[in-house]
Amino acid sequence: MSTSTTLEEPKTGTWDGGNEPLKASYGKLMMWFFLLSDAFTFGAFLIVYGLSRHSHLPYTGRPEDFQFSTEWWPIPEKVFNAFPGFHGVDLPLAFVALMTMILILSSVTMVLAVEAGHRMDKNDVQKWLLWTILFGGTFLGCQAWEWTHFITGTDEGMLMADGTRVFGANMVMNQYGPPLFANLFFFITGFHGFHVTVGWILLVIAFISTVNGVYHKRGHYEMVEKIGLYWHFVDLVWVFVFTFFYLI
Amino acid sequence: MSSTDISLNKDVHHAHDEHDHHHDQNFFEKYIFSQDHKVIAKQFLFAGIFWGFIGGFLSIIFRLQLGWPEATFTFLEPILGNWIVNGKLDPEFYLALVTMHGTIMVFFVLTAGLSGTFSNFLIPLQIGARDMASGFMNMLSFWVFFLASVVMFTSLFIETGPAGGGWTVYPPLSALPQAISGSGLGMTLWLISMALFIVSQLLGGVNYITTVINLRTKGMSMTKLPLTIWSFFLTAILGLLSFPVLLSAALLLIFDRSFGTSFFLSDIYIAGEALANTGGSAILFQHLFWFLGHPEVYIVILPTFGIVSEVIATNSRKPIFGYRAMIGSMLGISLLSFVVWAHHMFVTGMNPFLGSVFMFLTLIIAVPSAVKVFNWLATLWRGNIRFTTAMMYAVAFVSLFISGGLTGIILGNSALDIQLHDTYFVIAHFHLVMGAAAFFGMFCGIYHWFPKMFGRMMDEKLGFIHFWLTFLSAYLVFMPMHYIGIAGFPRRYYSWTGFDAFNTFTDLNSFISIAAILGFTAQLIFLFNFIYSIFKGRRATANPWHSNTLEWTTPVNPGHGNWPGEIPTVYRWPYDYSKPGAPEDYIPQNVPFSQTQSSNLPYERDLE
Repeated sequence: MSTSTTLEEPKTGTWDGGNEPLKASYGKLMMWFFLLSDAFTFGAFLIVYGLSRHSHLPYTGRPEDFQFSTEWWPIPEKVFNAFPGFHGVDLPLAFVALMTMILILSSVTMVLAVEAGHRMDKNDVQKWLLWTILFGGTFLGCQAWEWTHFITGTDEGMLMADGTRVFGANMVMNQYGPPLFANLFFFITGFHGFHVTVGWILLVIAFISTVNGVYHKRGHYEMVEKIGLYWHFVDLVWVFVFTFFYLI
Repeated sequence: MSSTDISLNKDVHHAHDEHDHHHDQNFFEKYIFSQDHKVIAKQFLFAGIFWGFIGGFLSIIFRLQLGWPEATFTFLEPILGNWIVNGKLDPEFYLALVTMHGTIMVFFVLTAGLSGTFSNFLIPLQIGARDMASGFMNMLSFWVFFLASVVMFTSLFIETGPAGGGWTVYPPLSALPQAISGSGLGMTLWLISMALFIVSQLLGGVNYITTVINLRTKGMSMTKLPLTIWSFFLTAILGLLSFPVLLSAALLLIFDRSFGTSFFLSDIYIAGEALANTGGSAILFQHLFWFLGHPEVYIVILPTFGIVSEVIATNSRKPIFGYRAMIGSMLGISLLSFVVWAHHMFVTGMNPFLGSVFMFLTLIIAVPSAVKVFNWLATLWRGNIRFTTAMMYAVAFVSLFISGGLTGIILGNSALDIQLHDTYFVIAHFHLVMGAAAFFGMFCGIYHWFPKMFGRMMDEKLGFIHFWLTFLSAYLVFMPMHYIGIAGFPRRYYSWTGFDAFNTFTDLNSFISIAAILGFTAQLIFLFNFIYSIFKGRRATANPWHSNTLEWTTPVNPGHGNWPGEIPTVYRWPYDYSKPGAPEDYIPQNVPFSQTQSSNLPYERDLE
């Protein structure tokens, strides 16, 4: 307590109030906290995947002799080896690699849109948002094809003990392995796909608002940035989903 | 990047400063779809009280069954309809009663009713903000909760009855509609309602956290925050991280129930018929559930830690003892709450070594809990105590927390828990430590902040009667339960008279039921006092309790925007009570040190 002036002034450090200590507006903070929470939802699903898979027997024979059976968890390369237009050709993981590339590309264009927003460059924001919407839509289309193929199944299907064959997959039964294999595939990629769809709708709304100059009049493109955070998060989750379902 | 940020921030704040120049709002904007945090808080409070009476009433019905198992309750037929045949309760309805009692009390009263009311009401007022960061999302949070309430309430009236698999809804019982009638439509509605409830919690939670981080007034550093705000802040973080896991579990369960998946189901026969489900794990659901379920009990109790600390300091006219230790212990409890969930699962066939790890972590919680109790007692010690109704509830809270907490140490030991699991000992433990205690904290908060909410005082005499009846009946209900629990009396049993070993407890069970009815009836006194005081109570002054926190610097009935003029600046911590040399025994947070030369300590500001 040296002088009365220092007694009068409140402290003004980073966490002393009256400012934004994390240098982020409340909207961005909310998005971050929502994503943290959503990460726990996905985390729980992936743990369910890990534990379910661990409780099933792995295939122990030689990869060349692999056959679909409810006795063991299938090898991903043997399940996801189809490519549109290449019927009957064994192209392990080629299609999903393409899908992943497209989604990652959409993240790159999203970054460019956010960066253009910082420069207040309306035309560039429009351009990059449109690219992101295009790539995001393509990813969703690819997933639709992947699901259709998964549901329809292969020509051979799976030979059952009673001599009949099972083709494709549904929630109760599938030709690739134990029921939980298809259950988890549908549930987790579906939940992720739902997130992508929501993000895609948000992007379309953001694009329309940008074209109408809403953000330009507001003086900042923070909304694009917030949607960008969400979009990157969804991409990141895909990397994990991809690793769990296709690589391991 | 940083320069754009600064310009953004100005914009955001500008919008907030304009709250007090609002145009005249119509009835709907003002009271129904209001974005004012104070109105939303009251909406949560009214909803919480409504649910509290429903939940309490359900418990009275099953207490009647437990207290007088041979009696016929024909007088209940007009309200219960087909659930009661010739005066005897339907056993499956009994299961639905305990399920709904648990669900309603834990989630709808002590989570939404408690956090929803006090986080909403106090966060902006005590940190010096005009409103929550996003008023719109805050409104949405209440209305999604309302929707969840409507769905849950509807499930009480459907023909097959509400969910009946216990509030923990373990599969396979809850996953198979053919198992009991309570796993049919009632369970579906339960899951829908809870999914909506979780969305409401997340909307509220991100708002609370963001508001505390970004909207504190000038000078309100994290270590000048009232302990209430710290507790709401940590509660919101717990909710944000644990509720999504319940959402995951609920979604997977919905798929198992409705779409034929096998996430939690394997090798099940019903009435001699084998189900197709194979490969899933029912224990997995328990892990997911309790990953939420354990933090959930802290979501229930943490806000009351804050409320009680505040009320005890104010009414002892003493600074809270160990302010930083209080924050530290809350941080410790929050952290530990995420790594102890499996102590609910000692009897699931868990690896004993894993059990011992969870036991060890569980017992560590006793340390921060004891720190808190010690600090409350030390704050009371030689205080200039004012026995307001709120203060009596606060002191009783500490009492209940000790009584219930001690048995927590017993139950945390896996060897003892295996004996006591699913007996009335467990019921007694958690009802004292998180049920009754949290209710006492909630009453404490209502009596203390009522003048700020409604501009009037609640009646102290009625409050006094309400307190003593509630306090006595809480102990009379739950203390005997320890005894019958140790004797092995199991929970969730509809009829126990068929077992000779338990017949000796008939008297004790009747006694508990009488005490429960007394306790429930006492709440009608509260209800009367609450409603009467809103309209006819004595008018409150601006700062009736001579409290230091910022909410008491607002007008008696603060409008939208809270402070008519500028937001006050904060200079000191909230616990300058009975400071030596000061003319009054309290110095509000917004009084600068230059005005309190007589009481300033040397190096006053270096210790901040």
